[in-house]
Amino acid sequence: MSIFDKFEDIRNILADLSQDGQNPLEVRFDEIRSPVEGTVDGKRVLLFGTSNYLGLTFDADCIEAGVQMLRECGTGTTGSRIANGTYTGHALLEKQLAKFYGKRHAMVFSTGYQANLGLISALAGREDHLFIDADSHASIYDACRLSSAEIIRFRHNDANDLARRISRLKGKPGSRIIVTEGIYSMLGDTAPLKEIAAVKRETGAYLIVDEAHSMGVLGAHGRGQCEAAGVEADVDFVVGTFSKSLGAMGGFAVSDLEGFNLLRVTARPYMFTASLPPSIVATVSAALKRIQHDPSLGARVRANGQRLYHGLEKAGFALGPQPNPVVAVKMPDRDTAVTFWKYLLAEGVYLNLALPPATPGSLALLRSSVNAQHSDEQIDFAIAAICRVGRRMGVIPAARFNQTVKQAEKLALPAE
Amino acid sequence: MAKVKETVGAQIIEVLSKVIPSGIPISDGTRIARDLGLDSVAIMDFVMELEECFDILIPLDQIADVETVRDLTRAVEILVKDAA
Repeated sequence: MSIFDKFEDIRNILADLSQDGQNPLEVRFDEIRSPVEGTVDGKRVLLFGTSNYLGLTFDADCIEAGVQMLRECGTGTTGSRIANGTYTGHALLEKQLAKFYGKRHAMVFSTGYQANLGLISALAGREDHLFIDADSHASIYDACRLSSAEIIRFRHNDANDLARRISRLKGKPGSRIIVTEGIYSMLGDTAPLKEIAAVKRETGAYLIVDEAHSMGVLGAHGRGQCEAAGVEADVDFVVGTFSKSLGAMGGFAVSDLEGFNLLRVTARPYMFTASLPPSIVATVSAALKRIQHDPSLGARVRANGQRLYHGLEKAGFALGPQPNPVVAVKMPDRDTAVTFWKYLLAEGVYLNLALPPATPGSLALLRSSVNAQHSDEQIDFAIAAICRVGRRMGVIPAARFNQTVKQAEKLALPAE
Repeated sequence: MAKVKETVGAQIIEVLSKVIPSGIPISDGTRIARDLGLDSVAIMDFVMELEECFDILIPLDQIADVETVRDLTRAVEILVKDAA
C-alpha cells in the first residue's frame, strides 16, 4: 500500500507512453538554438510546439535589457511585493501594460497561471456565480476551486447557452462573472466575444477575458481577441501571460474598474509568492515595446498560422475549426496520436501531444503552434513531414497528397 | 416523495447511459467515475446534460462530493426543489 496507489491508472498510461522510444511528456532538449530550432538526442528539430508566438525569446533588445538588469538588481527579489517591496521595474511595467491596453490599472503576477488564480479567486466571493466556458484552461478551473463562488460551465463558445444558464439564476443575489478566453489553447479557436459581451451587458455580469494565446497575435495593435472583436470597452478584466508572445515568464491583469488595486491585498496568489525577478521584468518590458512598435510581428504569425492550417487542410487532415497560430490535428485515437508524435520527432518536427482529459471532447490531438520567425520553407517542411507520417499511418489518404507538399518534401533539414 | 426520487434517479440513469459504452449496468450504487471509467471532463459534460434535462444549474463545487448515482440523485432533487 502506497500513497501513490491512487495514481495507478496514470502510472500505466506513462508506461504505455514510454514504450517504443521517447515519452512525449518527458522531452529533453539538449539545446535550444533559436525560437524555431532545437536539438533532441543530438538531432536537430524544428520547434512547432512552444507557443512562442512572436519568436522573441532570442530578441537582442530583450536579452540586453535582461542582462543589464541582472547586473544592476541581482538575480531575484526573494519575496513578495508586500513583504519585500516593489522594484521600479515592476511599477513601470504595470504602467506600460495599462497604457498598452488603454486601461487605468494593471497588476503583474509571477505566472500567467497565478494571474487567473489570483484575479478570479479574489473577485468571486461566497454569494457570487462564476460562468466559465467548458473548454477553459486548467488555471481557470483551479481558480474556481480556490474561490468560494458557485461555478457553472457553459457550452464552449455558445453565447446563447451562457445566457440561458445565467437566466436560471433568476433573482439569486450575487455578482455574475463570465470567464472566457481569446484563443483556446487546444483547438486554436477564438471566442465569439461580440455575442458574449452582449450577454454580459444584458445580464449585468462582469466579463473576464484570458488573452494568454491571443496577446500579440490578434488585433491590429496586438491587444488580442478583445481588440479584434471590437469589445474592449465591454471587458472588465483582461488577463494574460508573459510566457508566450512576450517570451519570458509571468502574468498580468488590467482593468478600468475602481477598486482594482484592492486585489493587491486580497489575491493570495499575488500576495504569498515571490515577485518576478527584475531581469525578467526588463525582458518583458522590451518585448512589449517590440509589439507596440512592430505590428508586422502579429501579421507574420497570423500568416504563418494560415499557411500551416491550409497546408494540412488541403492534405485532408481533420483540424480545429479556425486557422490561427495554434493548429490542432485531430487524431483517430490515443495510440495513433502517440505513435504519430514519435514518428514526427524522428522526422525532425517537434509539436505537442495533447490527450484527454486535457482536451475538449476527449480528442487526441497533435497541437502545433507557429511563430513569427518560422520561414515559409520551415512551415512547408513541417507540413510535408506531417503528411508523410499521416500517409504512412493511414490517417490521410495518399490521393490527397498535393504538389506543394511534394515540393516541400524535397527540402532537407541538415542533420548534425 | 418516493415517486419524485424514482423519477429523478431514472432520468439520471437514462442520461448517463447515453455517455457510456452500452452494456454497462447502472444502478443507484454505481460509482460514476470509478465504475464507469469517466474522466473529469466527461463527468462535467454529463452534468451539463443533466442541467438541460432538469432545467437547473448544478454548480461544480456541489458535485465534488458526489460519488454514486444515489449521491447525485439526492443533490439533483434538492436543486430541482430549490429551482421550483
